[in-house]
Amino acid sequence: MANTVTGAGMPALFGARGYPPALEWIARRAEAFVIPLAALVVGMALFSLFILAVGKSPILLYETMWRGGFGSWFSIQNSLSRAAPLLLAALCVALPARLGLVVIGGEGAIVLGGVGAAAIGVALSGAPSFIVILAMGVAGMAAGGIWIGAVGALRHYRAVNETISSLLMAYIAIALMNQLVEGPLRDPASLNKPSTQPLADMYRIGNIPGMDVHWGLVVGVVACILSWVLIEKTRWGFAARIAGGNVRAAQVQGLAVGPLIVGFTALAGGFAGLAGMLEVAAVQGSANASLAAGYGYTGILVAFLARHNPLAIIPVAILLGGIDASGGLIQRRMDLPDATVLVLQGMIFIVILFSETFYGRFKAFNPDLWKGAS
Amino acid sequence: MGATEIGLWGVPLAILGGAIRVSTPFIFVSLGEAITERSGRINLGLEGTLVFGAMTAYAVAVKTNSPWLGLLAAAFAGLCFGLFHGWICKFPKVNDIAIGIALMLFGSGLAFFFGKPFIKPKAPNLPAIPFGGWSDIPQVQAALDVNVLFLIGAVLSVILWWAFRNTRAGLIVRVVGDSSDAARAMGLNPDTIRLLATGVGGALAGIGGAYLSLYYPGSWTERISSGQGLMAVALVIFARWNPLGCFAAALLFGGAGALGPALQSVGVTQGYYLFYAAPYILTLIIMIATSSPTRSLAGAPGELSITK
Repeated sequence: MANTVTGAGMPALFGARGYPPALEWIARRAEAFVIPLAALVVGMALFSLFILAVGKSPILLYETMWRGGFGSWFSIQNSLSRAAPLLLAALCVALPARLGLVVIGGEGAIVLGGVGAAAIGVALSGAPSFIVILAMGVAGMAAGGIWIGAVGALRHYRAVNETISSLLMAYIAIALMNQLVEGPLRDPASLNKPSTQPLADMYRIGNIPGMDVHWGLVVGVVACILSWVLIEKTRWGFAARIAGGNVRAAQVQGLAVGPLIVGFTALAGGFAGLAGMLEVAAVQGSANASLAAGYGYTGILVAFLARHNPLAIIPVAILLGGIDASGGLIQRRMDLPDATVLVLQGMIFIVILFSETFYGRFKAFNPDLWKGAS
Repeated sequence: MGATEIGLWGVPLAILGGAIRVSTPFIFVSLGEAITERSGRINLGLEGTLVFGAMTAYAVAVKTNSPWLGLLAAAFAGLCFGLFHGWICKFPKVNDIAIGIALMLFGSGLAFFFGKPFIKPKAPNLPAIPFGGWSDIPQVQAALDVNVLFLIGAVLSVILWWAFRNTRAGLIVRVVGDSSDAARAMGLNPDTIRLLATGVGGALAGIGGAYLSLYYPGSWTERISSGQGLMAVALVIFARWNPLGCFAAALLFGGAGALGPALQSVGVTQGYYLFYAAPYILTLIIMIATSSPTRSLAGAPGELSITK
């Protein structure tokens, strides 16, 4: 990655190459905005061709998508509600990515976080609501944290590939949830859709005042900001970035890479577990199969689109929340399958990954290629 | 039903039958993945290829009334997915694991998009050979109903095992997988060979998908795969990139997958969902047991990013 800021901190008005340092700095930063945006536009253009090929109007599609996602206060609130779990699910991918790990099994942590929170919420019924909600959050984070932390530990101490192990563990987590919800935790009153016992109303998380969006959105945004501070401003984050760049170098410098990896993956899983807890406490009211709604997988896309930057996750999650939210309207108005949104997401994902190859190759963004530089 | 006549013997018999039935897609995907990984690249997108292959095979079989045309179409669709993966990964800085994840989502998305109208209609199945005809017991007959694709897969793993050792093409793939520099020194183009290897791998995964929709479970639904393409990646590591090992490991996985239904058939219903997770747990245990932090895996291609 070409993010070394040449010339920064130099007292001279002009940098080493005869350009103002500020211009070089802007050029390098602009790359991080322009390339993903261009990739997004190219992805949407390719999707237009796909929609044309199946005989529908791309203009009508994007108009419908805008209307379903952001066109009215109602649809904006809907998008924001869907963005809440995406923020936390994306952190589950972005934090380990800073250590060079590709964790894709966040869905498992979401599911177990939800089950853990529901079990605690029912077990503690009768206690003051503040304590119970806090305990549910802790239980959700612990369940998710143990799950993904184990992936990190297996990676570091046993060299088990984290991409595959996290995905296998996601399938195991879903089976575990089905077993618990069908068996020991089942509410006998839930007939067609096995669920845990419903949470009492006082233990449910309500909406942000004046909005139809639950508090999970605030939790997600705060988690993203805290993650950004952790990575960019603390020595743990600095150590993680070194280890992500080169594990050997980090070990030579005496960094405790093992605890670092386990800690970061556990925190990442904890955030995903929190997403599960919020789904239970704010949306579903109990743990059931709806927890495995695919937020973990959309979160992968969000994290990659944001290039694993926690602050960039916030707008990207809202954008993808909007795309998700418009799926139903597209289905009804244009008579397209509900998987249309999935195809769009897949296309954008591929183009975004492909765009990695362009970093550092455009002259406008790379002062190293400017006149006179070697 | 004669379930009580053979009593508990039904359990190992059902596991054997299940192993033969369930393992076929694993055989094809893992052989495809083995070819790809031997060339030094990993394709996690085979999961998406499997799902798309299943949909294509089913759709074409419904339209043409021929399961074999469906099979061919699935192989062709898989070839296209594989070639696309191979093409896009040759650009600098493009991560093959991440592209695999993207293709997994994209393949499933396309399959669900085009597969919607095919959830209802019934397609003709691929034929099976009744090796259990000598027996009067229906369970034995059911267990020994072997699909032709299983036999083709078994033969294919022997051929591939032989070809990797003894043919020029096998040697070329292995050299490219072990060292791009050595391959270039020999006058080979690693990108082209990886492109072809990924393409062939995709075609085999497409065939694996066709088996799912055209024989077992034998219909197209959106949950047809549940991670079999990804488990094949772990399976290839377990098999040490050896095609014969892939065949054996696929049988083992098939047997693990059949454990839950087999126990349920004799009345053991406790922990049904946990038995359902048995193949995933088995895969994970095998990965933990065979990985090591201190030495690289025996037989691993040197250029493979997953074992570095």
